[in-house]
Amino acid sequence: MQQGKFIERVLFLLALSSISSLALITIFIFLEGAPLIYFAGLKNFLASSHWAPTKDHFGILAMIVSSLLVTLGAMVIGVPLGLSCAIVLAEFSPLRLKLILKPTFELLAGIPSVVYGFLGVIWLVPLIRVYLGGPGLSLLAAAIILGIMILPTIISISIDALTAVPDLYRDGSIALGATQWQTVRRVVLPAASSGIITAIILGMGRAVGETMAVIMVAGNALKMPTSILDPVRTLTSNIALELGYAAGRHREGLFATGIVLFVIIMILNLSATLVTRRR
Amino acid sequence: MVVCLLGLLILVGTWGCRSGAGPAAHAVCVAGSTSVQPFAEKLAEIFMHQHPEIRVDVQGGGSSAGIQAATQGAANLGASSRELIGPEKKLIEIPISYDGIAVIVHPSNPLSDLSVEQLRQIFTGNLTNWRDLGLPPREIDVINREEGSGTREAFEHLVMSKAEVSPAAMVQDSNGAVREIVAGDPNSIGYISAGLVDNRVKAVTIEGVRPTAENIKNHSYKLRRRFLLVSREAPGDSCKHFVDFVLSPQGQQILEKEGLVGIK
Repeated sequence: MQQGKFIERVLFLLALSSISSLALITIFIFLEGAPLIYFAGLKNFLASSHWAPTKDHFGILAMIVSSLLVTLGAMVIGVPLGLSCAIVLAEFSPLRLKLILKPTFELLAGIPSVVYGFLGVIWLVPLIRVYLGGPGLSLLAAAIILGIMILPTIISISIDALTAVPDLYRDGSIALGATQWQTVRRVVLPAASSGIITAIILGMGRAVGETMAVIMVAGNALKMPTSILDPVRTLTSNIALELGYAAGRHREGLFATGIVLFVIIMILNLSATLVTRRR
Repeated sequence: MVVCLLGLLILVGTWGCRSGAGPAAHAVCVAGSTSVQPFAEKLAEIFMHQHPEIRVDVQGGGSSAGIQAATQGAANLGASSRELIGPEKKLIEIPISYDGIAVIVHPSNPLSDLSVEQLRQIFTGNLTNWRDLGLPPREIDVINREEGSGTREAFEHLVMSKAEVSPAAMVQDSNGAVREIVAGDPNSIGYISAGLVDNRVKAVTIEGVRPTAENIKNHSYKLRRRFLLVSREAPGDSCKHFVDFVLSPQGQQILEKEGLVGIK
């Protein structure tokens, strides 16, 4: 009994330490970044696009917009692809095919992001430059690469949501004379919708937070984008690009960028949790 | 536990020259220019291998921060990739090498020469089309380095005077990345350290002068900077050891092998 209590305590402490690292990261980012937001003024920080940290200009509006646009683009590409993959795998494919295909998609998640970025630079970027114009390093390139990178997240969570729908529903629908497609569209998809929305939101979180691949293909220009062929800089790339050399105010500015990113990702994760809980 | 971890983080955050916990006479602290940093690290590594009793700490922070650290005595040596100005001239300066900044374009680009003025117009975004330079009409893809980079600092100092680089310019975070993009994009222009130019890109002449080691050494190439070590007083024992090593034929050879132009 004594020993049981002791082990319980130790495990509790260990569990606490993993949470405390999250708390530490939060505290650290806010401590480092908040003074800069105070110095520059929240309005200048969020509503200006003039970023020249060594000359005391800290406006990140263009980066916020770019981050959101790149994520939106990734969604436009990744969600239809991922969802249709999930539907085929969960509803229409024989078990054998599913056993081969699902692990294959999960392998996609294991490819390091720098490899995606590298493929993007040597293969996708020249294609865009030659066929669509512009410098090639662009919002479009980043969106396509991210769209592919979020596929495994969307596919695997959507499949879980679809297979969690009881077979009774399917049988009932087919007994009423519906075709298999009608069953999927009218019965299975609505029943799995909260799981699918969670999949999409988690995919969005991955897209917002991705850094390496985006730095390599997005071009990192500071200008507010006016076309999908314009080079853009996202919040994550801004931090990773400049942190190595930053000191003083500049460094604080990057942590402040981190605060904005942190808030965006918290909102996404919270909404994912809320959607799942509603079920 | 949280407090303890936080304490650790703060400790790590303030880790710096003060980490020279051993006998002070045997630690040398070099702080400053991020352009000099990789070379200084290389030199320090080899130096420490030969003199295990002396430890050399190399830090970044930028030329101005390095000069300030040397002025206040926070660092034994400040590393600077720009010339000293005004009151800074009271410091002892030890030039260690030259570095040229080459302006590069795609090999298929017929451009062969630029004036500093034209270069400035391109990077401020006033010239946006190659047509303005009498070449086939195509948008210019300007490639800049990231804020805080020593190469960018030197480029802005030598070319831009007070003007800011256009926000439409793309940004890459290393010499290698700039070279990679320029090698692939026929409409692009960028700048890298002269030692890193290879045959996949074309270095244009600046006001008729090619960025060769010789032209950099004899001052005829305009986009040239000196790498300096600065210190408040005559370097102490271990410090002098390190400086002597940097200026020795072996030290200079290491720098030339890394792509710089030796000072001697």
